[in-house]
Amino acid sequence: MSLRQQLSIKPWVAQRGIAVDASGFVGSTPRVTLWVFLCVASVLFGLFIAAYFIRMAYADWQPVPVPALLWLNTVILIGSSMALQWAAVSSRREQSDGIRFGLYLGGGCALVFLVGQWLAWQQLSGLGYFIDSNPSNAFFYTLTALHGLHLLGGLVAWVRALVRVRQGVEMTRLRMTLELCAIYWHFLLLVWLVLFGLLLVS
Amino acid sequence: MAMTDVAHDAVDYVRPAEVAEEELYHPKTWLGKYVFSQDAKIIALQYSMTAMAVGLIALVLSVLMRLQLGFPNVFSFITPDAYIQFVTMHGMIMVIYLLTALFLGGFGNYLIPLMVGARDMVFPYVNMISYWVYLFAVLLLLASFFVPGGPTGAGWTLYPPQTILPGTPGADWGILLMLVSLGFFVIGFTMGGLNYVVTVLQARTRGMTLMRMPLTVWAIFTATVLALFAFPALLVSAVMMTLDSVLGTSFFMPAIVSMGQTLDHSGGSPVLFQHLFWFFGHPEVYIVALPAFGIISELISVHARKNIFGYRLMVWAIVVIGGLSFVVWAHHMYVSGMNPYFGFFFATTTLIIAVPTAIKVYNWVLTLWRGNIRLTVPMLFAIGFVFTFINGGLTGIFLGNVIVDVPLSDTYFVVAHFHMVMAVSPVLAVFGAVYHWYPKITGRMLNESLGKFHFWVTFVGLYCIYYPMHYLGILGVPRRYYANGVTDFIPESAQTMNAAISIAAIIVASTQLVFLYNLAVSSTRGKPAGDNPWGATTLEWQTATTPPTHGNFGKELPLVYRWAYDYSVPGAKEDFIPQNVPASGDTGDAR
Repeated sequence: MSLRQQLSIKPWVAQRGIAVDASGFVGSTPRVTLWVFLCVASVLFGLFIAAYFIRMAYADWQPVPVPALLWLNTVILIGSSMALQWAAVSSRREQSDGIRFGLYLGGGCALVFLVGQWLAWQQLSGLGYFIDSNPSNAFFYTLTALHGLHLLGGLVAWVRALVRVRQGVEMTRLRMTLELCAIYWHFLLLVWLVLFGLLLVS
Repeated sequence: MAMTDVAHDAVDYVRPAEVAEEELYHPKTWLGKYVFSQDAKIIALQYSMTAMAVGLIALVLSVLMRLQLGFPNVFSFITPDAYIQFVTMHGMIMVIYLLTALFLGGFGNYLIPLMVGARDMVFPYVNMISYWVYLFAVLLLLASFFVPGGPTGAGWTLYPPQTILPGTPGADWGILLMLVSLGFFVIGFTMGGLNYVVTVLQARTRGMTLMRMPLTVWAIFTATVLALFAFPALLVSAVMMTLDSVLGTSFFMPAIVSMGQTLDHSGGSPVLFQHLFWFFGHPEVYIVALPAFGIISELISVHARKNIFGYRLMVWAIVVIGGLSFVVWAHHMYVSGMNPYFGFFFATTTLIIAVPTAIKVYNWVLTLWRGNIRLTVPMLFAIGFVFTFINGGLTGIFLGNVIVDVPLSDTYFVVAHFHMVMAVSPVLAVFGAVYHWYPKITGRMLNESLGKFHFWVTFVGLYCIYYPMHYLGILGVPRRYYANGVTDFIPESAQTMNAAISIAAIIVASTQLVFLYNLAVSSTRGKPAGDNPWGATTLEWQTATTPPTHGNFGKELPLVYRWAYDYSVPGAKEDFIPQNVPASGDTGDAR
């Protein structure tokens, strides 16, 4: 039954003798959970972005110069996301070489990205753009830190996936783990692209 | 049975909560069973007890506030600073650490798995962590009573800039502990909230379609979704305020001269904070109210032996109220100044919320209409809730209009309104729910005479407290003030009324000790309840043992054949048919 049909049922009319199947929502539990979590994370970032736009309209706003390094970091994060997608696709095709390659490359790129972000912070603070010197700086540091934390959380999941690969967990379970990792990374990338775009336009 | 086989064949995967009983994690030690438990029912009790303990502290704070207001200049230890600290901590604890935690962490954990026919939450381990993070948040908050400067006295809304300026009590340590504690609360709640939502979506037993779920589950589910989307706003504002306070950023802090000194802040927007705060704050009202709605629907139907009137409309009303609650937040900010069109928009949306809410009230009343009403203690509390909610709701219609709100906003009228609608009403629902489900939790009934005493004193007492406050508000008595002093517009008699309110408040507060006594004593000496003392249809009353063991339903999960409200079905042998009784056969289902 579709969701619409389920919701338009009159439950007080007895449906004789049927224990109707309850699976109103398709999809496995971990996937549903991840999507609900990503919705929550989207609201969190969305509110920060709304605050960004409101604060931007005030007179004292002076945009942060965008370090060129951020372009490189963006490319690295795109690579990271693609590598994890590769791992997920490989698990569907049951190619264990591809899984390992994608997983190592993806995680490695993510770590490099984090280091790159830290270097960008160093460059900016070296130029005298501290967190308290202008609201745009404050937003830059806060949002990148938040995104970094989000990425660190992803790396925890990544380590768990890695452990499973090395333990040789059966392919069906691995497939789910890798798929979820890939979705999470695409979300990370999307959030970063939005944040980066925000920096560029302001 | 043939039809069950059909249903079994139709499903080709194992439902997450349909694991065999023995596959659950069964701890061996006492510590693992009762302290670091992964059983949702134990976690529910941990949540409830922690929430009630911290709520008791907030109750004492309110009594202290009433002592000062009723009898100014008598209690020298209540200084102006201490008074606003009491106000702040009372509000924050009651709204977030008591009501939110109790409804979602307490009732959500206990009732969701049992009512949808699951063995446990889908992620028991995360569920356990959720409680411990909540406890940590509570301890952080309470720690602020013991730091230099004491807890923050910024008001529960924590409006900048005064929140972090020197001169506000607790501006050094208290406010930081508050903000960090709120952050942890949000993180802990998100862990629990994901569990509640996904359990309802994924772990219902066979036959438990969405429209066969009890309204309590619908309400807690919707409230959890609201909380998942609203609490991030609190987190965002807490993070930005912390940065303003610690690192000297200017998200919210404008250029300001404090005590003769120009501070480093410049250009920030206090109104931005208000928008973020109330984007959380208004849904929060419904995070507390919706579970109460659900519970009341359950209690009224069970104790009036009648199916709930307009089930589908009740479900849609819950969902619509949830949706609307995200587009009304600025009605808390009329006095902050705003574009008149903006105010018009928010006044309109605010008044529209009255429509689904009124539908719910009508349906409760129509459920009672010609029901076989049993004035048990849960029923008394349920009826008390409907009364009080109508009262509080009506003053909400006053305050939703900009032009009425502006003069009343800073008076006791608002205090009376929000206490009626979102403090007292949900608490009445909590009491009703405790009297209703206590027999399932402990296997014993609460003492009925004590329960009725508790109800009547609480119910009559709270009207003695909050009705007069409306009059004080219309007189123009300002809220948040430590003392009113001598003014032209407040007559002597207002002070007499304040003293009377305080006496009523002290009586009501001390009566809660009777309730606690009842809870404690009845757990060992109460009348044995049996599995289903109220003759209710929902699955939690159909468990093999009372109290239910870990795994809830023993060897076999129940199959659901009907909705949750088959009471007094014509031709049936008894006046209720449990959800897991098949429609055919000798149950006498005449339809």
